[in-house]
Amino acid sequence: MTEYNFAYLDEQTKRMIRRAILKGLAIPGYQVPFASREMPMPYGWGTGGVQVSAAVLTPSDTFKVIDQGADDTTNAVSIRTFFQRTAGVATTTATSDATVIQTRHRIPEEPLHEGQILVYQVPIPEPLRFLEPRESETRKMHSLEEYGLMHVKLYEDIIRHGHIATSYAYPVKVEGRYVMDPSPIPKFDNPKLRDMAAIQLFGAGREQRIYALPPYTQVVSLDFEDHPFEASKADHPCGMCGATDSYLDELIIDDIGGRMFVCSDTDYCEVRQAAGHKGKDAA
Amino acid sequence: MTPLLSVQGITKRYGPHIGCADVSFDLYPGEVMGIVGESGSGKSTLLNCMAGHLTPDAGQVVFDTRTDGPRDTITMSEPERRMLGRTDWAFVHQHARDGLRMGVSAGGNVGERLMAVGERHYGDIRDKATDWLGRVEIDASRVDDRPTTFSGGMQQRLQIARNLVTGPRLVFMDEPTGGLDVSVQARLLDLLRGLVRDMGLSAIIVTHDLAVVRLLADRLMVMKLGRVVEAGLTDQVLDDPQHAYSQLLVSSVLQV
Repeated sequence: MTEYNFAYLDEQTKRMIRRAILKGLAIPGYQVPFASREMPMPYGWGTGGVQVSAAVLTPSDTFKVIDQGADDTTNAVSIRTFFQRTAGVATTTATSDATVIQTRHRIPEEPLHEGQILVYQVPIPEPLRFLEPRESETRKMHSLEEYGLMHVKLYEDIIRHGHIATSYAYPVKVEGRYVMDPSPIPKFDNPKLRDMAAIQLFGAGREQRIYALPPYTQVVSLDFEDHPFEASKADHPCGMCGATDSYLDELIIDDIGGRMFVCSDTDYCEVRQAAGHKGKDAA
Repeated sequence: MTPLLSVQGITKRYGPHIGCADVSFDLYPGEVMGIVGESGSGKSTLLNCMAGHLTPDAGQVVFDTRTDGPRDTITMSEPERRMLGRTDWAFVHQHARDGLRMGVSAGGNVGERLMAVGERHYGDIRDKATDWLGRVEIDASRVDDRPTTFSGGMQQRLQIARNLVTGPRLVFMDEPTGGLDVSVQARLLDLLRGLVRDMGLSAIIVTHDLAVVRLLADRLMVMKLGRVVEAGLTDQVLDDPQHAYSQLLVSSVLQV
């Protein structure tokens, strides 16, 4: 462990990232540019999240990584191992024990508490990007609070599908000011962004942006008066633990149409199973 | 009577070249002003300076705002100017593609300005969009189609609907009939004339088509090399042109 500085990045880089994080916390929802570093993993694998995690980790932290809710997928395992080896921090899969949680595309089911930090991996931080390709123009739109275009997207959803069909990366407005992309979390998780006790940090490595939500921030999902926002999930209980309040993955289990629904948050599901809850598909 | 728009000494240079020089005029509510001239005479530069797309090197563009009365739009802050750009002003581009979002349905295109000024009721937005498509003679069944499936004339009419939906008081038009065939031009002009009269719009129309100004404009300015060489009532200028260039322009029109 003498080959690397603590948590891989050198201290000057971490200082630079911390300054971006502090600025992001001071202006909730505002995308702060930062000098993203080349990381030993490809873009799209969480280089932004890893840099933010590296900047906030201390030797006494307990680290958890989830990928689509799961602790045991490739992305989660490799990033967890990466910090085990370069920072020597303790790791866990239990949401409540972790002090820093890096996540890709989910917010844990278990409510987070004060003192925890949730780090999101963000592929495209600009919510207006697919409507307005010019960065100069989107920055101007943010600075002048011109967000009419965001509703044009929702309008187009309704004419095409009869309802707002955007089901992930659902745009939110932070503290009545900045429109923010909450990273590709399902819209089921959107209500959890609001008034969360933990600090939420968003890192986009390729796009070189960091943004943040301080604890207990007001976050509102955009909608129409006659088509209100609705957090949606598959209308089933979990096949393993029977939970009816968690976000579910659909698994195809054979080639004759068999399928099962299980919690995407593996830790939540395992804790419930250990407590004796059983779903209809549990072995 | 306060002029709706009072332009004073607008000058725009591109390096050593003159875009337009020392242009001044007043536009009163309900009035339509035509600006004609050959290519490169500074018509579009002038229009873009007035509409806030370009910053002139000198001069004032004083607009009679609803809330604060006459204000110089060049020195007002950018948020205020952009707010004007989507409420009291409208800009019709020569090419409909420049003024439309081609990837968004016709209804979405018309609704964008409504949503930009805070409209948040889907049903209302859609009703207004459908109503406006009717007013520019686009069938209501096309409300969910993208403008890419529209003909050139329909795209231009859609662009006009999109601009007029928020009830602007001043419309800037840059060659609104350019690139359309003559029968479509005639219909579009007819439509524009009706809308301008019904809504009591003021408009500034830049064109090199004298038929357009003859039909629509109350007053006319003739530009050459960035300067206004003749101005007056449309019929007066077209029937009795005084300046050599105006005479050339009028006599260049083919009589069929």
